[in-house]
Amino acid sequence: MIPAIEQLREAVLVAAPGASVEIVASTPAAQQPSLLVNREHLFAVAKFFKEDARFQMDFCSCVTGVDYPAKADKPGFIEVVYHLYSVAQKHGPIILKVRAPRELAQCEVPSLTPLWRGCEFQEREAYDLFGIRFTGHPDLRRILMWDEFTDHPMRKDYRPPLDYEWEPTPHGETLARTKQMGGLTPPSASMEKVGAK
Amino acid sequence: MAIDEKLALELQKHGIAVVPVEWLYNWGRRSSIWPMQFGLACCAIEMIAAATARYDLARFGAEVFRATPRQADLMIVAGTVTKKMAPQVVRLYNQMAEPKYVIAMGACAISGGPFKDGYNVLKGIDRYIPVDVHIPGCPPRPEALMQAVITLQQKIAGQHLTKGQRPRWYDPTASAEYPVPSYGAHDLEPPVNNNVYQRPHQCCEVTNEEIIKK
Repeated sequence: MIPAIEQLREAVLVAAPGASVEIVASTPAAQQPSLLVNREHLFAVAKFFKEDARFQMDFCSCVTGVDYPAKADKPGFIEVVYHLYSVAQKHGPIILKVRAPRELAQCEVPSLTPLWRGCEFQEREAYDLFGIRFTGHPDLRRILMWDEFTDHPMRKDYRPPLDYEWEPTPHGETLARTKQMGGLTPPSASMEKVGAK
Repeated sequence: MAIDEKLALELQKHGIAVVPVEWLYNWGRRSSIWPMQFGLACCAIEMIAAATARYDLARFGAEVFRATPRQADLMIVAGTVTKKMAPQVVRLYNQMAEPKYVIAMGACAISGGPFKDGYNVLKGIDRYIPVDVHIPGCPPRPEALMQAVITLQQKIAGQHLTKGQRPRWYDPTASAEYPVPSYGAHDLEPPVNNNVYQRPHQCCEVTNEEIIKK
């Protein structure tokens, strides 16, 4: 069994001295607090969880990017979340979080692919959609979008190319965009043309 | 028709059928529409179901799914066309031999469907290639696909071989190849083939950079 999160933190501090480890509470529904580790010690902490006999976290099931845009009082950041499980001991997850600045040039996180081969594609996906550069990744290319694409579409400030289509019942963001394009009335002229065919 | 209808009926009683060459030609084509065998998403499952014994697309002569565009008459665009996939679909269409037809099957193929507000899905394959029959539905049932095939057959039956309303492939000046879009920095380039598709509103010439500036 995985010990309580406070004991996990103690174990990490013994194994990786100097690491900054913070306990992040989760929403009540999930009840899974996580460990926020600083970028410099992330690899050492992950290696400890993988190799220590008490944990044997041999499977990294999930690498997720989360974008927290800047608010009025605090700067934004990009968070990477790792879910670690142990197939050998049938326990988990241990959730590791690490934060990086939102600026593309500094948005770097050490890659965990050398530890878990399964991270390779997931880190490529996070790179593709969030622009997180994983240092030490063997083959960091885009995986979903094409190579010539320059944006990172899952970032909150991403705006998709504006190819407007008439929408019969626009709502939310689509309504705002529709008003911006002045397209609330149906395109009657072109509709008649289609009907004539 | 040049021949008197009563005379044609009279001849038919004696086992002689008198029809225009055009009719015979179209009858042959519409009774053996060979679709291309490729699917893009869940609509392809319904397309496969339409070809099975339960629905039996063979009744309409359209059961021979060809694994190469060179031998196919009909392209069934069955499923979500992502922007990454769109150039390949256009390229496949270009490789088909004339006369060729396209059925856009399902909400995604005709308009982008539930993904039309996303960044990665093409808002309808009719932006790049001419579509003959659109089928709405998510996904459309096999019966709807058969309805589309029958509609296409009616369309083929009504095509004329001589000048006037002759189809594209008898017009030497018409373009036979449709430009394959290339991957751009933000979107496919061009985002629309204006010779094939007219946008409902001509107010879309705003670039991504201008939106970000706002």
